Amino acid sequence: MVAPIPQALESLLSPEQILSSAEDLIVYGYDGTAGLKQRPLAVVFPESAEDVSKVLRLAAERDIPVTTRGSGTGLSGGSIPSENGIVLCLQRMNKILEFDTANLTILVEPGVVTETINQAVSKEGLLYPPDPGSMKISTIGGNVANNSGGLRGLKYGVTRDYVMGMQAVLPNGETIWLGNKCVKDVAGYNLKDLFIGSEGTLGVITQILLKLVPRPVARRTMLALFDSMEDAAAAVSKIIAAKIIPCTLEFVDRFTLQCVEDFAQAGLPTDCEAVLLIETDGHPAQVEEEAEQIQNILAQSNARETKTAKNEEEANQLATARRSAFAALARIRPTTILEDVTVPRDKLAEMIRFVQKTAEKHDLKIASFGHFGDGNLHPTILADERDADEMKRVHQALEDLFEKTLELGGTITGEHGVGLAKKAHLHDQYQDYSYTLLKQIKKTLDPQNLLNPGKTFDV
Amino acid sequence: MSKLRLAEMDYSVLQQCMHCGMCLPSCPTYNTTGLERNSPRGRIALMRSIADGELELKEAFAEEMNYCLGCLACTSACPAGVEYASLFEASRADIEENRILDTSERRFWRWITIRTLFLHPRLLRLTGRALWIYQNLGLEKLVRASGILKLLPKKLRELEPLAPRIRESFTHELVAESESPPEKPRYRVALLTGCVQDLILSELNRDTADVLLVNGCEVLTLPNQACCGSLHSHNGEEELAKQLARKNIDSYDLENVDAIISNAGGCGSHLKRYAHLLSNDSEYANKAKTWDSKVKDIHEWLCEIGFCPPGPLPVAKQVTYHPSCHLNHGQGVRQQPVEILKAIPNLTLVPLTDADTCCGSAGIYNLTQPEQAGQLQSQKASHIRDTRSDIVATANPGCHLQIQNAVFPKIEVRHPISLLAEAYRNCAISD
Ligand SMILES: Cc1cc2nc3c(=O)[nH]c(=O)nc-3n(C[C@H](O)[C@H](O)[C@H](O)COP(=O)(O)OP(=O)(O)OC[C@H]3O[C@@H](n4cnc5c(N)ncnc54)[C@H](O)[C@@H]3O)c2cc1C
Ligand code: SF4
Ligand code: SF4
Repeated sequence: MVAPIPQALESLLSPEQILSSAEDLIVYGYDGTAGLKQRPLAVVFPESAEDVSKVLRLAAERDIPVTTRGSGTGLSGGSIPSENGIVLCLQRMNKILEFDTANLTILVEPGVVTETINQAVSKEGLLYPPDPGSMKISTIGGNVANNSGGLRGLKYGVTRDYVMGMQAVLPNGETIWLGNKCVKDVAGYNLKDLFIGSEGTLGVITQILLKLVPRPVARRTMLALFDSMEDAAAAVSKIIAAKIIPCTLEFVDRFTLQCVEDFAQAGLPTDCEAVLLIETDGHPAQVEEEAEQIQNILAQSNARETKTAKNEEEANQLATARRSAFAALARIRPTTILEDVTVPRDKLAEMIRFVQKTAEKHDLKIASFGHFGDGNLHPTILADERDADEMKRVHQALEDLFEKTLELGGTITGEHGVGLAKKAHLHDQYQDYSYTLLKQIKKTLDPQNLLNPGKTFDV
Repeated sequence: MSKLRLAEMDYSVLQQCMHCGMCLPSCPTYNTTGLERNSPRGRIALMRSIADGELELKEAFAEEMNYCLGCLACTSACPAGVEYASLFEASRADIEENRILDTSERRFWRWITIRTLFLHPRLLRLTGRALWIYQNLGLEKLVRASGILKLLPKKLRELEPLAPRIRESFTHELVAESESPPEKPRYRVALLTGCVQDLILSELNRDTADVLLVNGCEVLTLPNQACCGSLHSHNGEEELAKQLARKNIDSYDLENVDAIISNAGGCGSHLKRYAHLLSNDSEYANKAKTWDSKVKDIHEWLCEIGFCPPGPLPVAKQVTYHPSCHLNHGQGVRQQPVEILKAIPNLTLVPLTDADTCCGSAGIYNLTQPEQAGQLQSQKASHIRDTRSDIVATANPGCHLQIQNAVFPKIEVRHPISLLAEAYRNCAISD
């Protein structure tokens, strides 16, 4: 007779690396996504690529699904385990392996928390720019698997732009290394890019080589209030047209602003339609000049009011409205559904207006905030999952939003990933043979369909 | 099994947790083990599973909830405003009522503390007096030398040197039932003396009264005050907690006081939640709301009414501040104590690393989970030493003792209000 899985794992790993009691399984059955959960069969904590490989070989032999997990902050259900599956939690692989100040790279294990990387490199005056809102807790492995973005995306790009190489374990247990420290490298297909954003469906990332940049020494923070979203959008276009790329170009809409004022009292008028938070960083002289240019543009763009921070404290104060947006919204109703549809920048104002109309049409509370600079919008639906009728309207509203996004040439997910939550809509975006190609790649790398099966699409 | 509170309570409190994980880095127990079950998110998921009937209420859950400090750091970190305190209390009440962790030693401890001493203020003071005699008349040395302590159970033996120094006089001997400021009072307030505090820091109540008088408040201090019930509530004794809450509410003519002042972070945090505790009590629900609206932490109150700027301390001091969890996370009183300390001219305030992390005292946690409590205590002590301060200020008797046991006599532990009182007095003398 073959041993049950938890016991079979015991022959591969030490007992502290395996959890199988009900109390332990329940708590690895969810991530940050509303309404999704699934109890796994066992949770394991590999400490090396060899451990990962052993577990994947056992899984292949016994036909058991495996779901990789970082910190479980994902917002699309990516790390929800399969029924009777194993959770492979990489949090204990959390060492910084090499910090190379000559080549400006850092080699880390996947379980390192994103912010820890920044703390480590800032001592040398360097920066790892991607800064997802969850960076205090998310793992770098999760960031790479989801190709996460952050507030600095417009100027600095997203996770993908900083991954120079990686080690990964394939579903067949083989360990591979992709990429290197060279800025230029055209040998073979760019396979590492396949694993970035693969949501744990192609392999388990066990080491990551990241690129670093010099930390900007100066920063200026500005805030502008607008009576119409179109005016705000026009101001953004003018800023970009003036060849200024701010590191932050964020907005909150009127409903979000009202909630923020109730919660954090940032002292802003609740009757304006849009608030823009703008930050520029770099060399002091350049920052000075850009800030002045931005202020001029804002003044010419019907901004009702603009504020510029004189020091760090004031900068933090100006950022309050945007920073506390999520917290202000999340406490209003029991269920918070945070979306991340993204459209080309010049379509953002139209999309925001559409979100507002959709809320009215389906009698829902939907707030919008997000990254104006890169067209990434966070329509946030406030509901109660116990109210079946309301949830039905939520789903209808989401359908409408996805349809409109694609009509405007956008994407159903700008940074959270497809996972389970947006799986039903992926085909709408990949309408030609590309959808088949996605499946073929998955089948080539994972013929038994054991690595995070059922995520992103069904094979 | 009796009806579970977790199953009966308003489900939206459980549902409010969206398992985003933002609370994880703030949780001391999660930071120790890295295990999801030892995190706020994990604990709430277990509670929800119990409420949903997917998990049985068993020892593993009870142990988990005992491991939780109840420090509420997760509440400050949570973007969704999850009321962890209510969930924590409901869980512990379910565990107690269903006698999930019943051992005779545990029963003895609970009986002596929660059911006896903290329900009877006079008895508590009598015990305190006995301890004082023991500590001060040389008996302590005699007993320690005699080896008699070896006969005590291990836990009790380890605790004996931790026992706080009991004060010679208690509050009712130091503060009169009614005291008025020299000029016409601006406010009339009631002062809560706190039961542990009354034994080990009674002079703090004198200091609090003095500070209130300087700031134009008439101070009413009832003798024989009932315990606030926080210890009972945190340890699953909801009925006793309700009894104490009613007794406290009945002791005051609420319409006739502007504020009810608490100077202990832990008590204040519980005192402000009587309305929640008594929400199903038709007779008391409304009175409890009025009560809650009048309870003020002393720092909060002073900043609200605008306190007189103090003069310098007799000797300049370097001070760091440890925010008590229940003042900081429980009541959200963060800036006010800092403002008060900063107002003292020759006091230099040095920031404390990881100030927002629990010191491990957490009610009777240092009795029930000595290992984790000890670890947090030494971390805290080492951060405090790093500030090279003369004094660490903190506003809760539990923290006071926990920290004092680790840093005294090199560093003194003081309540911010004691320092303020000292500054006021010093100024009055030099005037
Ligand atoms: C409050 C909040 C704010 C957020 N803000 C942002 C934001 O600004 N921008 C943004 O992009 N996202 C954001 N997110 C989403 C989320 O934090 C990111 O997707 C993050 O990268 C997930 O990291 P994690 O370690 O929690 O991964 P998990 O949630 O555990 O996993 C995410 C996915 O990655 C896979 N995976 C994890 N580790 C590995 C690995 N080593 N190898 C292979 N696959 C792996 C998993 O299988 C899963 O599919 C936010 C989430 C929250 C709760
Ligand atoms: S931060 Fe709040 S909502 Fe998020 S997991 Fe923790 S308790 Fe739940
Ligand atoms: S109360 Fe403290 S120990 Fe308990 S879950 Fe919250 S942060 Fe952790």
